[in-house]
Amino acid sequence: MSVLAEVTGSIGSIGYGLAAIGPGVGIGIIFGNGVQAIARQPEAYGVIRQNMILGFALTEALALIGFVVPFVFGA
Amino acid sequence: MSVVKLSGDSSCPVTPHLNSGCGFPAPNAEIFFLEPYATLNIFGMDFVIGKTSILAALVSIIVATFFLAAARPRKMIPGKLQSLGEQAYLFVRDQIAREVIGKDGDRFVPFLGSLFFFVWISNLMGVIPGAQFPIMSSLAFPVALTLMVYLTYMYIGMKTQGPIKFFTSAMFPPGVPKAMYVLLAPLELLQLVVTRPVTQAIRLFANMFAGHLLLTTFTLAAYYLISPSVIGVLGSVTSFGVTVVLTGFEMFIQGLQAFIFTLLTAVYIGGSLHAEH
Repeated sequence: MSVLAEVTGSIGSIGYGLAAIGPGVGIGIIFGNGVQAIARQPEAYGVIRQNMILGFALTEALALIGFVVPFVFGA
Repeated sequence: MSVVKLSGDSSCPVTPHLNSGCGFPAPNAEIFFLEPYATLNIFGMDFVIGKTSILAALVSIIVATFFLAAARPRKMIPGKLQSLGEQAYLFVRDQIAREVIGKDGDRFVPFLGSLFFFVWISNLMGVIPGAQFPIMSSLAFPVALTLMVYLTYMYIGMKTQGPIKFFTSAMFPPGVPKAMYVLLAPLELLQLVVTRPVTQAIRLFANMFAGHLLLTTFTLAAYYLISPSVIGVLGSVTSFGVTVVLTGFEMFIQGLQAFIFTLLTAVYIGGSLHAEH
């Protein structure tokens, strides 16, 4: 099969950019809703903050995997 | 205007300047592979003694010495060192163990505390002058710690819930339509056995890796841009300022990542102790 189109250059950077979209939106939602929850119920600050950080950590992993993969599988 | 040579050019020094006609030496993953000081061959396996392993040994000594010194002699009215140690212990017990696992989390505080302080001080080595290499940016260290955590919660889960119930309770969470289990059960099993440990190790590693790379980039830029010109001075000063700010930010991230690593450990142990209901 002949190659019709080819992308060269720092594809890893583009891959990281793409990988960061989802977690970016997700982290925004998590902290936005977390702050709103704290504003509505300041006495539940401890529990909310802990769950907020937990959700942040789980979401952030995706972006970080996108960052590391080009280093691991890159040329 | 002379032709800009690539940074990999053999006529360029390792850290060139702007006016030398060499390109910016952007750091890459190579900065994490340090020259070993010595290589020992024991039983046909190579043991490398380098900056990373020496720092890791140093960190364990620091953490162990601090807590041993803070714990003895144990007085009714604590001195400065003892109250600092108590603060550290109480932080792990109240913020992590009791908050996540509950009342029976108290017996895991020694494990969680050792993890938290070892990870935190190891990360902190990334900004301490003279060391300036975060130990956890070598994948082997997060992997070894995660393996310890993995075996711990697997063992606890199988011991308290029974080996079969441990897996079935994770695979078949209640309150889901029966047909969904076809899709859900394999995913939950994969999550328990593979995804959890892999992401826990990658998260810590990648954060330290990215942070160190970022700091190195701006530090090198500050050095590279120094030259007797307006652009040189402006760029260099800005890069240096960014380095200072990023160092502060990096210290925050280091503490946060150590906290998250311990928090997740507590969540997994808690999940093994009490089945979902």
